[in-house]
Amino acid sequence: MALKGNLADFSTTQILNLINLARKTGTLRIYEPIVTDETITDGQGNKRKKVVPGEERATIAFREGKLILATRGDQDGHLANVLQKAGKLNAAQAKVIRERGAGYSDKALALMLIGANYVTQADVVRSIQQYTLDIVYDVMTWTAEPFVFEENITPSPERITVPIDLKNVIIEGTRRAREIKPLEEELPNLDMALKFPEAPGDKFRGIHLSVEEWRVVSFINPKNSIRQIAKACNMTDTEIRRVVYGLLQAGLVELVKPPGMQPPQAAAPVRRSQTQQSAAIKRSVVERLIAKIKET
Amino acid sequence: MPMQTVKMVITGPFSAGKTEFIRSISEIDVVTTDEGISPESAEYGTKEATTVAMDFGRITVDDDLVLYLFGTPGQRRFDFMWEILAEGMLGFVVMVDSAKPETFREAKSILETFRAYAPTPYVVAANKQDHPEAWSPEDLRIALRIEENVKLLPCIATNKESVKNVLLELLYSILEEMDT
Repeated sequence: MALKGNLADFSTTQILNLINLARKTGTLRIYEPIVTDETITDGQGNKRKKVVPGEERATIAFREGKLILATRGDQDGHLANVLQKAGKLNAAQAKVIRERGAGYSDKALALMLIGANYVTQADVVRSIQQYTLDIVYDVMTWTAEPFVFEENITPSPERITVPIDLKNVIIEGTRRAREIKPLEEELPNLDMALKFPEAPGDKFRGIHLSVEEWRVVSFINPKNSIRQIAKACNMTDTEIRRVVYGLLQAGLVELVKPPGMQPPQAAAPVRRSQTQQSAAIKRSVVERLIAKIKET
Repeated sequence: MPMQTVKMVITGPFSAGKTEFIRSISEIDVVTTDEGISPESAEYGTKEATTVAMDFGRITVDDDLVLYLFGTPGQRRFDFMWEILAEGMLGFVVMVDSAKPETFREAKSILETFRAYAPTPYVVAANKQDHPEAWSPEDLRIALRIEENVKLLPCIATNKESVKNVLLELLYSILEEMDT
């Protein structure tokens, strides 16, 4: 089943989080946004112009929840270009290899280049990894493009793929995020607290956090609200939101209500009458409702 | 014996299928407060009418017990009705249009609002699962960040058996809550 949507509604960070947690295999395609005269309605009933996919701008491939390859529509992802971009080949070398190696697959070409001592295997792996990451970090700043995620579609076996853990990608991508508004929508309440998920040691293994992020992590405790952590770390609301959002999306922390957190004022009277109502309803009433709905 | 009435609330974003859900199970024609959508309205062209105050359905269990189903208006400009409708509810269903990612953020926001109104059990109904572009319930759970202990159920609001399943699962959750 394909997942379709628009980055305006479901960001690249959220897509990566979904792919990471569900350990999905497939290809994410992101398209140029074409605004039409048609309209769609969002969840609040507000109308806006319908955006349909134009030319393909990027494809990002995943295997079992790991990023393995990315390409951009406006860039030739030929291995020679990737190696040149990484500084492993000069322009003249890349040109010759492109011309002479036109009929070869990436894997075959890599073997030839390694055999001829142009590059090492580690050079190839690192260059493809960096090329892939550069594209993904760029895509993570896009905010209005239509996307489709097609499950179980992967690059041809002739392409070289390098598995990359998505948790680090999500955190780094969030650091680079330009748009702050979605962060406020995703994390509106700074009075919530944070806790570690089960087996945090496993989740944090191999994660590259900045000093700032580690400081936030060191204060994580269900008793500390995010606002208190921000104060302790001398961070603005925007800064703490950015760090916490990245940690949340990477599955490294979870939101919890701190002890003693007051419900919203408007909810208080309802909560009281609700308690009275619940106490008045007996188990037998619910069982009778179940029996009735079953026979309906 | 005095008549006892219990209430469940069906909520969710605009056009999530709340009215259809109630219509599929109610023993009476659903009492709606729909208004026609004028050409000037933002919703014009998306559906013929929209719920302004509430939808109302009924299931009579016996001479002394009636279940009322209240559907909330999906548009934010009518959200003053939400708290009124939430008062005294036994539980609530959050309907999500599985094929409209543009409504997921609002669905999550409505869910959190109703959780704050009352600590009652609730389930999430992943509606329109028969739509070719519907996201699966498993993907929706991650997308909406629904905890594992909350039931997220596939649903087709126009299908009575599917609606019955959602309501039964909510009632089972209410029973479980009473046991704890």
